[in-house]
Amino acid sequence: MSTQPQVRPNGIETRGVGGMLDFERPLARIEREIAELEARQAETGRDLSTELRELRTTLANLTRRTYSKLTAWETVLVARHPRRPVLPDYLDACVKDFCELHGDRCFGDDRAIVTGFGRIGGQKVLIVGHDKGRETKEKIERHFGCPHPEGYRKALRTMKLAEKFRLPIVCIIDTQGAFPGDKAEERGIAQAIAVNLMEMSRLRVPIVCVVIGEGGSGGALGIGVGDRLAMFEHAYYSVITPEGCAAILWRSADHAPQAAKALRCTSRDLKKFNLVDEVLPEPLGGGHREPGAMMSAFERYVVDTLRELKHVRVDTLLRRRYERLRQWGSFFMSPSAKPSRSRGKTRTAGQAKAKAAAGSDAGDSATAGNGRLAATRTTTRKTRQARVSEDTPAT
Amino acid sequence: MADETTISTEQGGTAPTPSPRVDVPKGVWQQCPACQGILHAKALEEALFVCPQCGYHHRINARTRIEQLVDPGTFEEFLADLVSTDPLSFKDRMGYKDRLKQAQDKTHETEAVVAGKAFIRGRPVILAVMDPFFIMASMGAVVGEKISAAIERATDENVPFVVVTASGGARMQEGMVSLVQMAKTSAAVARLDDAGGLYIVIMTDPTTAGVAASFASLGDIHLAEPGSMVGFAGPRVIENTIKATLPNGFQSAEFMLEHGFIDRIVPRRMLRTEIARIIDYAGK
Repeated sequence: MSTQPQVRPNGIETRGVGGMLDFERPLARIEREIAELEARQAETGRDLSTELRELRTTLANLTRRTYSKLTAWETVLVARHPRRPVLPDYLDACVKDFCELHGDRCFGDDRAIVTGFGRIGGQKVLIVGHDKGRETKEKIERHFGCPHPEGYRKALRTMKLAEKFRLPIVCIIDTQGAFPGDKAEERGIAQAIAVNLMEMSRLRVPIVCVVIGEGGSGGALGIGVGDRLAMFEHAYYSVITPEGCAAILWRSADHAPQAAKALRCTSRDLKKFNLVDEVLPEPLGGGHREPGAMMSAFERYVVDTLRELKHVRVDTLLRRRYERLRQWGSFFMSPSAKPSRSRGKTRTAGQAKAKAAAGSDAGDSATAGNGRLAATRTTTRKTRQARVSEDTPAT
Repeated sequence: MADETTISTEQGGTAPTPSPRVDVPKGVWQQCPACQGILHAKALEEALFVCPQCGYHHRINARTRIEQLVDPGTFEEFLADLVSTDPLSFKDRMGYKDRLKQAQDKTHETEAVVAGKAFIRGRPVILAVMDPFFIMASMGAVVGEKISAAIERATDENVPFVVVTASGGARMQEGMVSLVQMAKTSAAVARLDDAGGLYIVIMTDPTTAGVAASFASLGDIHLAEPGSMVGFAGPRVIENTIKATLPNGFQSAEFMLEHGFIDRIVPRRMLRTEIARIIDYAGK
């Protein structure tokens, strides 16, 4: 757990309180100056509005500059910011009449995953979410949002209730990963996650997933399979924590910033790879600076998406969900598919491939990304054709 | 979590076995990593790469496994040539493309799983076998696709699906692309299940992380080879969390059987018989 336990002030006005990230310090300095000027103005009655306006403009510009070019690692730090809104904030702000449901009916009640009925924008839903907790005591009780198997089993139990009573499901993802402890292994953490992946792919109600902070590997995916997946702008979603990846591939967790970059775990990258459906914008300076804006963006997205999914017939919904999962991350190709086709026809694929090769050689830049994307789109189509052509003689 | 641990035991491969002895022709003798006994390579092969002295099940590559499992000459491979497009242009200390090339040269496979149709004691099956020597049989887009396609084929053709798992987990070098393969393969299992198909998982050393937390844990029947490591988090990560040393045999197949996650532990020699037996009970 990287963030030091810190008592989090309850409520919206939390500007300028501790838990500062390094790249936020210049911003904090200007904020402090503004506060001092405001105080002086109130004290002396002198009109300092010109100075204040200037400072506020500087602050806005600097904030925009800082946050528009966050590195992948800085994004991870923002996603883990001690003052970033967590599940209870969303429950308080966006969910009416939340009725929590406890326990997996088998072993216990894992506090790292919270489930319950509630209303979002008037729509009755089942909410399933990772809860990191707000205060130190809560955080410890909740294992900082890292679930044990009983958490995933509680999630599945309540999701089956939702299916039975035809309530759509809203999954709120914010975890560094499943709890890596001996008890979790003994009680079958791998099996618990696996079963959720399988069952969520066929639950007969709409499922909307939103990553509000950290999307940590299988622990996140274990409540993250559905019809739509959205991510907040400064959230991240990764196959492994950057520290874990660095420890294995660079042989030292100190290389986490490099690993974060290499893993392409930011919302922008994942949208490019078509791995998330939508990126929800955050207020200038990140969600912790204006939690209210996060809440309304979340609520709007969930309400709109549920309204859209409500009218889809269940069979269609399930077919589309399966097709979506089946196409998820199809980044492969079948080289031998080429010779079987005429030269004229292969040109487009060949061009795309060349473009992709050029793109990956270039390493960075937006064009590289586009080149690769064009290529992958073509190759996906190509492989699908390859699959068909290969199927025919075999069967 | 994926792992790039290199394997110290080699069978049937071309790379030399790392061995302290230099005066013996390569490939004639092999040392058992469990009991340190010196084994004649030929005898070891005849024993299906199970140490005759201590019973240790050596890791074996996918082709050897298929040869051991299926009726001779019945294996028809499909999707043999799928390769990753390196979507992330991933580079750590080494580029992912180079790592793939290295793995391909070492194993003579294009990817970490071999899938096809075969017969086991005369019973038709769709079979997928993971190769632990190919980047620890980690699951990227190609492994996810081949497993899903194999499951779909088993569903369509109404024959049992048998998978031999061995994997360090999701393939880090493909980032989120590899993570979503967990969802993809699990969704395919759901469809097989809906269609009433039989799904047999054979867990071999090691079956861990993202693979353990997806299709490897979703079988109707879970068999495992003795002594295989089966678990989710890496032992060092767990020790670091609980600030204690794990007992011997933690995350072994026997441990997982004791905790209720494996049906039967089956020695390698008995696998064909057991698969056929289960198909006779549960297959259509």
